[in-house]
Amino acid sequence: MLIAVVSLSVMGAVFGLGLGLAARFFHVERDGAEAEIEAMMPGTNCGQCGFPGCAGAAEALIAGDAPASCCPPGGLQLAEALAARLGLPLDASAIQPQRPRIAEVREDICIGCTKCFKSCPTDAVLGAVKQIHAVIREACTGCAKCEEVCPTGAIELAPVPVTQQTWVWPKPVSA
Amino acid sequence: MNTPAPLPTHSFLRRLLQRWGAHPEARKHPAADTDVTVLPLPPRLILPLAQHIGAPARPLVQAGQYVLRGELIAEAQGAISAPLHAPTSGTIIGIADVPVPHASGLAGPAILLETDGRDEALPAEHADPFSLEPAEIARRVAAAGVVGMGGATFPSAVKLALGQKNPIPTLILNGGECEPYLSCDDRLMRERAPEVIDGARIILRAIGGERALIGVESNKPQAIAALRAAADGIADVDIVEVPSRYPMGSEKQLISWLTGREIPAEGRSADIGVMVQNVGTAAAIHRAIRFGEPLTRRIITVAGGAIRTPRNLEVRIGTPLSTLVAFCGGTTEPVARWVMGGPMMGLSIHSLDIPVIKGSGGLLGLVEHELAALPEPGPCIRCAACVGACPIGLMPLEMAALIKNGDLKASVEIGLKDCISCGTCSFVCPSQIPLVQYFNHAKGELAAQGRNRMKQDAIKELVDARESRMEREAREKAEAAERRKAERARAKAAAAAKASAAVQTNEETTA
Amino acid sequence: MSPISSPHAHGAHSVGRVMLLVMLALSPATAAGFWQFGWPAITLWCVTILSALLSEAFCARLAERPAGPMLADGSAMLTGWLLALSLPPWAPWWIAAAGASFAIIVAKHAFGGLGQNLFNPAMAARVMLLISFPVEMTQWLAPNAAGMSAGLDPMTAFSVTFAGNVPDAMTSASLLGHVKAEASRGIALSQSLTGYWDPFSFGLGQRAGSLGETSALLLATGGLFLVLKRVIGLRIPAAFILGVVLPAAFAHLLAPDQYLPPLAHLLTGGVMLGAFFIATDYVSSPSTPLGQWIFGLGCGVLTWVIRTWGAYPEGVAFAVLLMNSATPLIDRATRPRIFGRRRNGHSMTAP
Repeated sequence: MLIAVVSLSVMGAVFGLGLGLAARFFHVERDGAEAEIEAMMPGTNCGQCGFPGCAGAAEALIAGDAPASCCPPGGLQLAEALAARLGLPLDASAIQPQRPRIAEVREDICIGCTKCFKSCPTDAVLGAVKQIHAVIREACTGCAKCEEVCPTGAIELAPVPVTQQTWVWPKPVSA
Repeated sequence: MNTPAPLPTHSFLRRLLQRWGAHPEARKHPAADTDVTVLPLPPRLILPLAQHIGAPARPLVQAGQYVLRGELIAEAQGAISAPLHAPTSGTIIGIADVPVPHASGLAGPAILLETDGRDEALPAEHADPFSLEPAEIARRVAAAGVVGMGGATFPSAVKLALGQKNPIPTLILNGGECEPYLSCDDRLMRERAPEVIDGARIILRAIGGERALIGVESNKPQAIAALRAAADGIADVDIVEVPSRYPMGSEKQLISWLTGREIPAEGRSADIGVMVQNVGTAAAIHRAIRFGEPLTRRIITVAGGAIRTPRNLEVRIGTPLSTLVAFCGGTTEPVARWVMGGPMMGLSIHSLDIPVIKGSGGLLGLVEHELAALPEPGPCIRCAACVGACPIGLMPLEMAALIKNGDLKASVEIGLKDCISCGTCSFVCPSQIPLVQYFNHAKGELAAQGRNRMKQDAIKELVDARESRMEREAREKAEAAERRKAERARAKAAAAAKASAAVQTNEETTA
Repeated sequence: MSPISSPHAHGAHSVGRVMLLVMLALSPATAAGFWQFGWPAITLWCVTILSALLSEAFCARLAERPAGPMLADGSAMLTGWLLALSLPPWAPWWIAAAGASFAIIVAKHAFGGLGQNLFNPAMAARVMLLISFPVEMTQWLAPNAAGMSAGLDPMTAFSVTFAGNVPDAMTSASLLGHVKAEASRGIALSQSLTGYWDPFSFGLGQRAGSLGETSALLLATGGLFLVLKRVIGLRIPAAFILGVVLPAAFAHLLAPDQYLPPLAHLLTGGVMLGAFFIATDYVSSPSTPLGQWIFGLGCGVLTWVIRTWGAYPEGVAFAVLLMNSATPLIDRATRPRIFGRRRNGHSMTAP
């Protein structure tokens, strides 16, 4: 009995040590595919993740400083893709399944100051000095830069209405 | 691909071993036993612009305009679309968003027509289809707004046009009607068999086909007899009895049963030399070509435990469902669920203001015991009844488990995209798990993700375009500033030169 | 307004009804077992089922869910029933209680509950009991000595079950146990079988064995009833029986004195119970048609192998558990061909 205990303990210790050494000396650096991760990001540099632009977020993700769910505009789809690509754990419940939001101009408050369209990274806002501005819905990504700079609060983000073409069957709730 | 597919009698064993499908109670009586009754004109018709697969029709009329029966009121938009015609004479009230048959329950745009009861028709052109060119037949079918009337509502002319490029040897008319309760096709075949046969021959001409097979389920012996009598002496049309099984009326299953061939998963029926049309569509094509009558009416079954007098009615497209129910004597007990279509694939609706559209085959007022619904779905016990039932050979229990855990990609890998959403798996599940809802959800999610991806790509291009524009502007600004600086320097130098020249001349004169 | 998905009709047996039909199919054999082994068998059966139900209620409480629906679907009762049928008929009550609790709590709920268990709970429990309490689990009874006709009154019966007093004069070895013991002593089959092996009475069940495995005929009848009612398919039972009969026939042909004839294999031990009621457990068996053939054949062959060359006289429980562990792999490897695609998953092409 004693022999059994001793031999198993010794084996356990030896293997444990071996695994520890292997983890240290054979450690694989996550390949710096920064460009690839950056390509997966939306590319609008909206800053909602808290990092300097999408490139900054890509760097942080690779370094392990950012969770896979750091990009709100990317939503669950992007989070899952990042988690799969980088092998990060994903807490899917942390991602609010928010409906995508796009900007809308309240024409009665707009003063035509052009601050919003200068700040839009995709040129989704149309307008000129002293002209009421409008938003091209297909180009808007909901990054909220325009909302921040508008002096009168005329441009705001609102949820995209669901149409017959975009409606999806909800997942059945299970017991 | 020019030889017609032979009927495989040698595959009797294969048919014996193919045990996919389910056998729901047919419940076709008493609706199937009475003649089709024409519903009197309602006071108002609601005509949704999107009654077909493809782009919605574009309205051509305005409020206050008077239209005749058969007049074009909305035109097709794009290659995959269909026009809309006034089902009766009357005044256009306007175009508004109204409840329409769609799973989302969202409203859709529709033309509202107030009928005047006179039912005056636009003069229509009669024609002999066998004197028309195939392309002309397709064009007239398109102009008549004929779409698949078995429920799929695919614009028929687009299908016929496939036959212009390569002749399709075999036409199959789908007289299966495998859904319980529904008997509109059954009555059509019994009472108007010559229309169906003539429609078959017209379609054959349009697609360059050599032979037509009309598949009818064995629970419709009178329909088979009527069709055989009408096809007597016509060489290229054969009536074939198929077993009563759900979903025998599915295009893939019917073709496989009748010809032994399978539609390739990533292909169409035309790839194997077959085209399928519903018998109702064939009858509509017959009327469109022979009498120039656009698609403005259809037969619909009103049935279900709650309906006092279940029967088949011929109604104008756009008739509100409430009119149909009232004509059938109303309801005898509280309705647990209203369903448009059959119970297996039909749409659950919450309002009877919804109109009959081109693809509406049935309206069911179901009571509790017909739904046989458990209060809550139970856990999957892995009985694999769904695997045995699936006509496509998928594994619904696996796909649903993957989708439940959010792994859509894995569910696609085991065949989600091949699912035809027939509902047989959910029907046979002992725990009543809503399997087909999982699959419809997943398909919708994947489509949304695809749209998202396209948007992301477009966004990237916009961002790049903007950045290069900013750079260009900055560059031009810098160049302009440089030029101005150089200008100023030159002007300064010129002025200095001039000043020194003037001083020199001054000095010369004073010296 | 939330959309309600089609279909708007359902045509299947509910889970509860399936369990009920299986219990109905087991009843004739169970009744025969009661008649054969008397009151102790009845009390044992009751204790097993009660323990199973109590364990299920306990797990429901742990999961903070109402116990009513969980008990009502009948799956715990069925597990207890099957376990009871595979126990020695005069086993003490604590064997039944320990086995049933293990089956429900560890083999079923620890894996995730109904629909999630990897191993057949009844078999897992039986194996656990066999390994832990070999003496109590191999105490078989001579036929006709212990049954209702022997006139054992209920009070004595209770003492058998609850105090463990099994009168020695009534014990006997099962056929398989006897054969194995004799074989290890070098005695040929032809000798060891004399006086033991009588196909007719074995078919009817008049032999030593566990509570439910005795009457092969009644079990087969119940099993065929289930097939007719479309509760189970014919694939697994047929494959199981084939898996036992083919190697047994082949071996018996080669060396009749060393290997039991196929009929003996079929009529003894738990082959009939296993083929129709154990191996056909939905959750732990494959979901694909080909997979079910492989599973059944594997169970049958392994049963024969363990019986013939293994250390234990009975192989069904081990065989079923071994094949259960292979079920997920079998499922993945035997997916049916998708309509319109070739076996490798690629789309068919237009001819």
